[in-house]
Amino acid sequence: MSEITSAWRGFESGTWVREINVRSFIKHNYTPYDGDESFLEGPTEDTLALWDQVLDLSKQEREKGGVLDMDTKVISTITSHAAGYLNKDKEKIVGFQTDKPFKRALHTYGGIRMAEKACKDNGYELDPTVKEFFEIHRKTHNAGVFDAYTPEMRACRSSHIITGLPDAYGRGRIIGDYRRVALYGVDRLIEDKQQQKITTRSAMYADVIRDREELSDQIRALEDLKKMAMSYGFDISRPAENTQEAIQWLYFGYLAAVKEQNGAAMSLGRTSTFLDIYSERDLKEGRFTESEIQEFIDHFIMKLRLIKFARTPEYNALFSGDPQWVTESIAGVAIDGRHMVTKMSYRYLHTLENLGAAPEPNLTVLWSTRLPDNFKRFCAKTSIETSSVQYENDDLMRFTHGDDYAIACCVSSMRVGKEMQFFGARANLAKCLLYAINGGVDEISGKQIGPKYLPIQSEYLDYDEVMERYDDMMRWLAGVYVNTLNIIHYMHDKYCYEKIQMALHDQHVTRWFATGIAGLSVVADSLSAIKYAKVKVIRNEQGIATDYEVEGDFPKYGNDDDRVDSIAYDIVHRFMEHIRKNHTYRDGIPTTSILTITSNVVYGKATGSTPDGRKKGEAFAPGANPMHGRDSHGAVASLSSVAKLPFKDAQDGISNTFSIVPGALGKDDRIFVGDLAIDLNDCPTCQDIPNLFEGLDAE
Amino acid sequence: MKGYVHSIETFGSVDGPGIRYVVFLQGCPMRCLYCHNPDTWAIGKGREVEAMELIEEYEKNKMFYRGGGITVTGGEPLLQLDFLIELLSLAKQRGIHTCIDTSGITYSPEAKDYILKLDTLMQYVDLVMLDIKHIDPVKHRALTSRDNGGILAFARYLAERDIPVWIRHVIVKGYTDSPEDLRSLGRFIGGLRNVKALDVLPYHAMGESKYRELGMKYPLEGMKALERSEAECAKMHILEGVREARRSK
Repeated sequence: MSEITSAWRGFESGTWVREINVRSFIKHNYTPYDGDESFLEGPTEDTLALWDQVLDLSKQEREKGGVLDMDTKVISTITSHAAGYLNKDKEKIVGFQTDKPFKRALHTYGGIRMAEKACKDNGYELDPTVKEFFEIHRKTHNAGVFDAYTPEMRACRSSHIITGLPDAYGRGRIIGDYRRVALYGVDRLIEDKQQQKITTRSAMYADVIRDREELSDQIRALEDLKKMAMSYGFDISRPAENTQEAIQWLYFGYLAAVKEQNGAAMSLGRTSTFLDIYSERDLKEGRFTESEIQEFIDHFIMKLRLIKFARTPEYNALFSGDPQWVTESIAGVAIDGRHMVTKMSYRYLHTLENLGAAPEPNLTVLWSTRLPDNFKRFCAKTSIETSSVQYENDDLMRFTHGDDYAIACCVSSMRVGKEMQFFGARANLAKCLLYAINGGVDEISGKQIGPKYLPIQSEYLDYDEVMERYDDMMRWLAGVYVNTLNIIHYMHDKYCYEKIQMALHDQHVTRWFATGIAGLSVVADSLSAIKYAKVKVIRNEQGIATDYEVEGDFPKYGNDDDRVDSIAYDIVHRFMEHIRKNHTYRDGIPTTSILTITSNVVYGKATGSTPDGRKKGEAFAPGANPMHGRDSHGAVASLSSVAKLPFKDAQDGISNTFSIVPGALGKDDRIFVGDLAIDLNDCPTCQDIPNLFEGLDAE
Repeated sequence: MKGYVHSIETFGSVDGPGIRYVVFLQGCPMRCLYCHNPDTWAIGKGREVEAMELIEEYEKNKMFYRGGGITVTGGEPLLQLDFLIELLSLAKQRGIHTCIDTSGITYSPEAKDYILKLDTLMQYVDLVMLDIKHIDPVKHRALTSRDNGGILAFARYLAERDIPVWIRHVIVKGYTDSPEDLRSLGRFIGGLRNVKALDVLPYHAMGESKYRELGMKYPLEGMKALERSEAECAKMHILEGVREARRSK
């Protein structure tokens, strides 16, 4: 108990003392910061030296074609590798996925073929004994899934009406509450899990057996976490005592997760305000200076930038790069009305200046109109200088998710440690529309993939007829889709369970059953064309509709025009209703997302010509974006169209990728002279705006 | 009433403070060599739109425009004075921040009716962005085909009424970048107490493709976009002129 007292000295007590409850700890102890960025410190010499080393290694990695080193023999687990360093004497926060930086780990539980291919494509060869082991002795997630798939599911998969399924790789999108490691120490977390195991139901139904097995796995993972930390010389069985330890403990938790899983998105959570509580205490007690605290954060972020996975070129093509989605959610507003900006929020963003701009970790500001002005200005400034900040609407998400949620991947929100997601790829709704027209026959392969409904035979498409068939086809698609996901998540839990991440969750976890939609704007415009213009069908010799001629103009999604925006709304709502009709694995709550940020190109490639005039193979618009070039009324009209989509049906996120040349986004402060700020209250007369040249009078 | 509208930009972030709903009115009597909107010149063309329609479209998305407002530009907005009065009075009734972006070319102090209307309009204008193309009358004529006497008089008209003004000035190499002219411009605006900002606009060549589309010859063909550093330099010259004017007072 004395350790606890010393680690928690000065903290205000609350529910968090009696139970594992980080949100309660934050609520009772954090200090909102309204000031500006003037307190921030630049990088230390050690930081610069380490970063130079990283830049050098990055260069070598690029020169070697993208991968510097790779493990082909040792299967990655929490304890599989010895400690690794850049420069032990300079690193204030330590830990790598393998025994050295830039060496990618071997993850086999998702699927052995994927692991083998990742090695091969990067010029390495998987150790044959490892291959043999997973082919003969130990099944993988991938093998399990394919044992259970129906022929229909396979057909949907290969025709790309359902795409990007996590059936051969780690699903990701789960955020462990890594803060728990720092606040409670691992022993207390193990105790809690043991207690949970004691209190499961006693009649051994399959789900109870599974729960008990999983809890045992979780406890083992926590024991391994301690061992791994010990290999770096830290005893994390006890709570962290100060800022440096809190960051280090938290990072060990995250590191264990990325050692164990190569997930499609391995996000960090919402850690800055939590850590600020420690740094405020250390500043008050004189333990660390601002410069030292910034150094810890710089080194922590540096580690997050070096998270790497072994992946195949196809995977990277799907995601347009080699993303890890180490997303960290910053700021937001608490439900008691206080904003959650702390000095630590500034320090995180400041790493972009100290270390230079970078896409990872994906620093995401939970934006609210109620964030303090100083912070808003700092965010804007950082965005202008680094183009590396993501923003999400806290005012929208707080309503359903409270004030301790975080973003997994790019937009999926979940309460940290209380909710998780079954990641669900996407259904290609544009292709589904073509199936509706062709009676389930694929427009590219000519194969019967969907149910053999009567194809549309008329020369010109009739809106009501198309809608009726489209609705039937969506119902079918939703059914196959959800059931495919049921198999995937069953097998992932069975063969590739996220032990450490789930150990950092509550016992009773809410599971979001995520689905996704691709091609929304193509569908909306196609249906609009059918309704408001004339669409003539061009059929090939087999009678399959393969192209369309649009006669006349039609309202296009992205111009704030309700005639077509209402179609987009309707499609999302209908599809979600069909999804909800299905049984979901582990009582997952169905959600959907409209957020193909990069894979829209790949999905477009696999889809024939559509009735909106888009030609075969042409890219879809990303996410919920209007089709490229069809929004002609400027950004506000375009954004307004997107904003009409029902968030309640697409709670997993709606994305709108928006690029703008910097010059069109505001004035250049080195050329423009004057005060741009304008207070609406003063607006009727604007008398209060100072004369810009007054300063010059004094000279 | 209806006005002739060339186009709408729903996300204007460089034409006045904040995010603005920007109305481009059709028609302009000037023929500036560097004009990047030659498609707005013709008078009496464009889409005929009721003032109220524009206000309704603005109101629908007013969430985006907090801290911003409506900017009417062109073309030359003051050519459609009656329409402008209706549009901006409707805007002011709703507490919308209003701005006009004008060359001031239509200003004619002798026309009583015109001044009366202008006075009415000014009740509804929160900010005027006055684009002074050139301070030198001869060079102004060469650049724009028109005299600048009325424009400078308009600037004084606005100063007398204490209407907040941003001065805009496009810098084109060889045309508007001589330090003497810039200082002279500075001295002129240094004498105006209502100026709130100086918006130096570096010349860009993005208009060139429009001329091609319209089958017109681009007068500044081959002219390179101005470097940021050159724009900064021009700004310093203008401010120097402003200082001179202030010191001599």
